[in-house]
Amino acid sequence: MLTVALSALLSHWRRRPMQLAMLLLGLSLATALWSGVQAINAEARASYDRAAAMLGQDRLRQIVSDDGELIPQADFVALRRAGWLVSPVLEGQLRLGSVRLHVIGLDPVSLPAEAQQVNVSAGDDLLGFITPPGRMYVASATARQLAGQPTPPLEIGQGLPPGTGLVDIGIAQSLLDKKGLISRLIVDAHQPAGLAPIETIVPGLSVRAPDPQGDLVRLTDSFHLNLTAFGFLAFAVGLFIVYSAIGLAFEQRRATFRTLRSLGLSARALIGLLLAELLLLALIAGLCGVVLGYFVASFLLPDVAATLQGLYGATVPGALTLRPQWWATGLAIAVLGTLVSAAQSLWQVWTLPLLAPAQPRAWARASEAARRVQAVFALCLFAMALALAIWGNGLIAGFAVLAGLLLGAALLLPVIMTALLAFMQQLARGPLTQWFWADTRQQLPGLSLALMALLLALSANVGVGTMVASFRLTFTGWLDQRLAAELYVTARNEGEATALRTWLAPRVDATLPIWSVEGTVAGGPAQVFGVADDRTYRDNWPLLQSVPGVWDKVAGGDAVLVNEQMARREKLQLGEPLILPGGWKTTIVGVYSDYGNPIGQVIVGIDALTSHYPDVSRLRYGLRLDPARTTALIDALQAQFHLPSQNVVDQASIKAKSLEIFEKTFAVTGALNVLTLGVAAVAMFASLMTLSGMRLSQIAPVWAMGLTRRHLVVLEVARTMVLATVTLLAAIPVGIGLAWVLLAIVNVEAFGWRLPMHLFPSDWLRLAVFALAAALLSALIPLRRLASLSPSDLLSVFANER
Amino acid sequence: MVLAMQGVSKAYQTAEGPLQVLQDIDLKLEAGRSLALTGESGSGKSTLLHLAAGLDGVDAGRIEIDGQDVTQLHDAERAALRRNVVGLVFQQFNLIPSLDVAANLAFHARLAGRHDPAWQTELTQRLGLADLGKRYPEQLSGGQQQRVAIGRTLAARPKLVLADEPTGNLDEATGDAVLDLMLSLVVETGAALLMVTHSQRLAERLDGRIHLRSGRIA
Repeated sequence: MLTVALSALLSHWRRRPMQLAMLLLGLSLATALWSGVQAINAEARASYDRAAAMLGQDRLRQIVSDDGELIPQADFVALRRAGWLVSPVLEGQLRLGSVRLHVIGLDPVSLPAEAQQVNVSAGDDLLGFITPPGRMYVASATARQLAGQPTPPLEIGQGLPPGTGLVDIGIAQSLLDKKGLISRLIVDAHQPAGLAPIETIVPGLSVRAPDPQGDLVRLTDSFHLNLTAFGFLAFAVGLFIVYSAIGLAFEQRRATFRTLRSLGLSARALIGLLLAELLLLALIAGLCGVVLGYFVASFLLPDVAATLQGLYGATVPGALTLRPQWWATGLAIAVLGTLVSAAQSLWQVWTLPLLAPAQPRAWARASEAARRVQAVFALCLFAMALALAIWGNGLIAGFAVLAGLLLGAALLLPVIMTALLAFMQQLARGPLTQWFWADTRQQLPGLSLALMALLLALSANVGVGTMVASFRLTFTGWLDQRLAAELYVTARNEGEATALRTWLAPRVDATLPIWSVEGTVAGGPAQVFGVADDRTYRDNWPLLQSVPGVWDKVAGGDAVLVNEQMARREKLQLGEPLILPGGWKTTIVGVYSDYGNPIGQVIVGIDALTSHYPDVSRLRYGLRLDPARTTALIDALQAQFHLPSQNVVDQASIKAKSLEIFEKTFAVTGALNVLTLGVAAVAMFASLMTLSGMRLSQIAPVWAMGLTRRHLVVLEVARTMVLATVTLLAAIPVGIGLAWVLLAIVNVEAFGWRLPMHLFPSDWLRLAVFALAAALLSALIPLRRLASLSPSDLLSVFANER
Repeated sequence: MVLAMQGVSKAYQTAEGPLQVLQDIDLKLEAGRSLALTGESGSGKSTLLHLAAGLDGVDAGRIEIDGQDVTQLHDAERAALRRNVVGLVFQQFNLIPSLDVAANLAFHARLAGRHDPAWQTELTQRLGLADLGKRYPEQLSGGQQQRVAIGRTLAARPKLVLADEPTGNLDEATGDAVLDLMLSLVVETGAALLMVTHSQRLAERLDGRIHLRSGRIA
């Protein structure tokens, strides 16, 4: 019985291969985009985990100083003497030309086995590692970047994150110029019994629990959340196709269901068979989707890796690793998506009255009441979004605002369209135009899901496009302000830096030090930069808020500027006190924009910086000079000091590099945007194909009353264009709203900065051309089918016999 | 002569090969006259009706409607002929679901550019549709839908009315009433009526009758 029933159910797909193809395509695309994004996230997270596991930070406790300062080496000696099994680590950033190297110094003798990153102590190697010049273990990619730089001899260390150099702690102290200092102490998991508490041995130190996440996870969380949100949007758009295809297939088989039920198949058995059928389809489409997702992820990953490196300094490999859990989650999401899409149809089958009269296309007829409910629900979502925009906090609230706005708009679209089409029908005078509007209105329920998908995709396009273009405009202007110096020079050591300053003095208009220290400010990691009292800053620095005479106050030494993200995160106001590393008390006199920087930054007068941090590295300088003389000066610098080319960089190169990183940052967003639009076009195509099969009974009478097939095709084209245009027009305000939420809420929560919004109507025009072309393209096959209908096809509507 | 057929033949391609549906049909119908077309299921009645309406092309023979040789007309010219000369009443009514009753009634007449509101009002009253103008086809009973379909055809004052079992879905009493109305309206408007029916009783009420058997006039 069950086999016979199943074969009767499956025969539907044999007779309608196109419908089956649409269902599988929709589900595959939805799964592909979702699992592609998840693959990228998984790859990045695996990389962060590797970074977090560096020296066992994810498993071993650490001892750090309470004030965030470096720890004197004597404290380590005191703890060892007291019996504590601890091992010292010194970390710092070393700038070598254009490479920023994260140097980690460790003591191979006391390092716990769990923290061994590379085996440096095997055999005779130990001596070579700890004796100057020592050896530096780096990833192979980093070794290539460091070629020609003044580093200890390089060795390739497997499993080391790129951009990291592992050396003996003594070598690190000399490289980082931190003699007798350490950053933290690793605590061995197995300690002798009866030890005195650490606080009593060395006050001012405390034990920190293992950190399984690491800073990168926290820093990049918002980026991955953004990516996930986009993947989810694409998945939702894909599910519109699935929902539509399943709904139609169920409706078309309503008579079959009724027959099977009346022949003795229980409702439970019927639902079971339908679930089995759906599961089979979901698994086939899921497999295709996961394979497709792998290609999507491989295509997008290099750009994501570049973005993460550019924005956060996080290193993610550009190649994808296949993970079993990714296959499993891909298939699971395909099954889940299918079940969600089919839930309503399954419920209808479950509650199907055995003797109810057949109601063809009941699924497509939205009643007044249903539309009213939809409108009320949409308004509730808008209200929720508004309330969250005003009172909400955090990134999740930001995304909830986005979801409310998009979903509300999508639900409202068919309601608005119905009203608009009814109005147009009233305005129409001729019988054909009247029929055109009335018929379009009648098609709306069957097309509304596809149109909602199109609205989501177009709104996302307008919104994200506006956000990116606004960002680009602001960022370019900001770069012009921030990168005012014509040339940037980095010396290889302090001696060379002194010689450089002396040599440069008569040759340039100004030598602007770019010196900084890193430490903890207002509870978070921050850089403290010193700036010279120079017109360059007074004329160019992009201040968002400031007190009168701000630069005089900064030059005076006790007033500072903070970047926007620090000010927002810590809710810092002008005039408020701020404590810098080492307990230096200052006052905030200005806030400046600092796009692309994930951490806090403070600007102080250069003299104050050197007096509070006399050990500050003095290697980098910005040079002001006549731009026409830049090339000559670069040549002279290299002739005099033999600096590697990456140690002398002109303004244009840095700008080009920054803009390249910027473009890569949004390349992924752009690609996902295009893919989502593609999925929406498929949704439109699927709906038009589906409807074209059901249109015959509606257009045949009009044809019989004297319209040619050409007339009908022209009217169908016009209908598609009208619906796509109205959707496009609706997408523009929704997209602008989306851009506002992204710029004013999500960006602020995710990155800590707010950007002004700029509108780019020419971009909308371009999108309109693409969208209408896509709509026309999606209508081509159904239209061709209509144009090639033979009279006998049309006549089949009128006659039951010949 | 409103309708004249000479030596009309028609075959359809099927999976089993060509199927001859009509063979060598001759038929004439004058204005103000009505003709019943009877025959077994599959005898070619509906096909003959569709050929007469210019909905499909013949394989052989000639069909003249209102003096125009339909077999020589292009698609657009045939469409114009259907719009201006022919009126069709289908067995399944085939009303336009997106338009209300009033708009459905006026639709063909407006397409033909002969919309006469006074005539439509009269038709509406005589067909008992006066209170149903704002309803949609799906809100009507089968009998009401059939009356709207007849009203739609007659509102356009076609010279040739082609009806395919117009009372097939109605009970006998309603069928008789609808046929009475059709015949009187055909006479009043000077149209010619060719009606397919299975009912001998109804066929006898028309001016003439031809019987089809296996695609030929018996």
